[in-house]
Amino acid sequence: MVRPIKDRIRGNYMEYFIQQLINGLTLGSIYGLVAIGYTMVYGIIGMINFAHGDIFMLGGFAALIIFLILTSFFAGIPVALLLLVMLLVGMLMTGLWNWTIERVAYRPLRGSFRLAPLITAIGMSIALSNFIQVTQGPRNKPIPPLVTDVYHIGAITISLKQILIVVITSILLFAFWYIVNKTPLGRAQRATEQDRKMAALLGVDVDRTISITFIMGAALAAVAGAMYLMYYGVASFNDGFIPGVKAFTAAVLGGIGSLPGAVLGGLLIGLIESLWSAYFSIAYKDVATFAILAIVLIFKPTGILGRPEVEKV
Amino acid sequence: MAYTTENNQSGVMTKAIKEGIFAGVIALGMFLLFVGIETYQDINNQLVWRTRWGLLGVFVAVAAIGRFVTVGFIKPHLDSRKLAKAKTGVLEISDEKGFFRTHFLKIALIFLLCYPFLAMLIFGRQGSLKYVDNFGIQILIYVMLAWGLNIVVGLAGLLDLGYVAFYAVGAYSYALLSAHFGFSFWLLLPMAGILAALWGIILGFPVLRLRGDYLAIVTLAFGEIIRLVLINWTDVTRGTFGISGIEKATFFGIWSFDVGAANNFNKAWGLPSSSVYYKMFLFYIILALCMLTAYVTIRLRRMPIGRAWEALREDEIACRSLGINTVTTKLTAFATGAMFGGFAGSFFAARQGFVSPESFVFLESAVILAIVVLGGMGSLTGIAIAAVVMVGGTELLREMEFLKHVFGPDFTPELYRMLLFGLAMVIVMLFKPRGFVGTREPTAFLKERKAVSGSFTKEGHG
Repeated sequence: MVRPIKDRIRGNYMEYFIQQLINGLTLGSIYGLVAIGYTMVYGIIGMINFAHGDIFMLGGFAALIIFLILTSFFAGIPVALLLLVMLLVGMLMTGLWNWTIERVAYRPLRGSFRLAPLITAIGMSIALSNFIQVTQGPRNKPIPPLVTDVYHIGAITISLKQILIVVITSILLFAFWYIVNKTPLGRAQRATEQDRKMAALLGVDVDRTISITFIMGAALAAVAGAMYLMYYGVASFNDGFIPGVKAFTAAVLGGIGSLPGAVLGGLLIGLIESLWSAYFSIAYKDVATFAILAIVLIFKPTGILGRPEVEKV
Repeated sequence: MAYTTENNQSGVMTKAIKEGIFAGVIALGMFLLFVGIETYQDINNQLVWRTRWGLLGVFVAVAAIGRFVTVGFIKPHLDSRKLAKAKTGVLEISDEKGFFRTHFLKIALIFLLCYPFLAMLIFGRQGSLKYVDNFGIQILIYVMLAWGLNIVVGLAGLLDLGYVAFYAVGAYSYALLSAHFGFSFWLLLPMAGILAALWGIILGFPVLRLRGDYLAIVTLAFGEIIRLVLINWTDVTRGTFGISGIEKATFFGIWSFDVGAANNFNKAWGLPSSSVYYKMFLFYIILALCMLTAYVTIRLRRMPIGRAWEALREDEIACRSLGINTVTTKLTAFATGAMFGGFAGSFFAARQGFVSPESFVFLESAVILAIVVLGGMGSLTGIAIAAVVMVGGTELLREMEFLKHVFGPDFTPELYRMLLFGLAMVIVMLFKPRGFVGTREPTAFLKERKAVSGSFTKEGHG
């Protein structure tokens, strides 16, 4: 028996929609990981870390270079091991970079006027992307696909790399949640975020806490960078800006300073982007993201999960 | 006494060595992957890698030795100087300024007026083209943009990261209106300004409630939206191809600079045919526009609206309590700043003869904001100096042909332009967080105008 044509279309429609949901969730997890770095730094020192997008790009390049080295030395290396090494070394390297940047460019300006760290952050962002352009060349760097397995459920296709991205993100988020909520380090971070001076008076090493926050943010961004590389199979020196702004949008959408908010915002931005591309136009997908950023800020500046900021006179 | 200094000295040396090694290790970790290994595509278009240990070694050595010298020699030297100064009790304030400093503005203005002729005298007709166009006009465009942005950021304290949008509006209004309606530059210059001001109000209106960083991000979003629309609205803007063949500016309609025209400027004056006269003319236009911007800024600061801007920057709540209408105050700041951006944009379109969305990326906004902040927010002289240093400096890199002899023929200094620009932004901020001109001249004063340190104001002038 042939189904009525209306139902068939609806069925395809539903599957198409679910397919887009899956794509959006994958992209959203990557944005969410980057957004955490923005939101933590903003929460703890009240500064938009403009260079964070380029830290993400740097993480992608670290993963790319590790991938090339490992595959040329050990041709038949298991993919799981390869991925693990890529992620770990990338996290380490990028953490080191962000630690140094914080130490050199942001810490001396702490307590200076509001715009000074923003300008150094923009300067660092320009310097980082051009550093990679100079040392690694301006061309796009394609790598062969890492994981190619694809599963079909009905008409819906899920690739293994999508599952991997979501799983790795979930594991990291859990680890991260544990650190922030259950360890002395996390307590110090939360205390510094609430009141830096008071935390220092009560014996929290504020400088060290801020440094560790930068390292943690960079490590998450590095993982996101590696997964972005795995997902799209290509890295470029100017990959930092647009994903960086989108991740920042995610942080703002979720409520800046709130960690669950950053993840929620990332997922929402990923979903909006993929659904917009699917149903409206791919050309204007970035316009949609930026428009949402503007609308959220204008009508609900605290975001979805953010606390309202009380201005004291 | 001798013993303690010696002890101190050796202590400093040990510390310097330790810090130097530490910096070396950190640098090794940072640059190992990105400098030590080069990825490139081979003939089969496959990504492969090779090592560059020599270069990596240079990076690590520079970091280690640099840190060692800083900790071991420069820092103790600076400390002892500071100590000596504190002991004598003489503060470094001198009321007497040299001839050069008191007459700086006049000298600078006279120099700028003579500049194209000087360049022509020294480098000949074709040789001066580079100096008038690449250095003169290019720097003055940035001076004008930075002065325009200064009204929004330096005076009204509204952080705008999407200023380039108004520049784009100005450029595209000139390009499109002259192509479709055949209007002349002198009609479209004010129109572009008005259109940009209108966009300033349109974009300013929804963000009235926002302050600080949030405002910065929304303006960034608006700037990007305008650029993306320019890219994607291909029917009108021709997308990434841009609009070419934009009409040149005329000498107030009397003479034209088109080579084929009957009333060609060069022919009318009996000059040999060369584009340098057009460039000189453009130089004077942008100089006049800059002067207009500076004049308007200086006059507005003395008017109620300018004082309202500065009051708004210092404290919005106090401002509102005193009955200042913050809505109109903010909107006028946005509109005025945008108008000058629009002027600069239409000038840019006339000068290039070509506009494309490529020219209006976020980087441009960042560069303009950087010039404003590096110059010392609100200080017109400081901003002009910053524009000369930052834009002129990076332009100068194009000229450094002799570096090829040092680093080999493959060395292209242009590649390092933006890298050095970014690093310069960081370094200037670290050493002079208040910008090149760190003192502020108060608008309101009792009896005598005294310069105050920038640290006493939130940002910009006092």
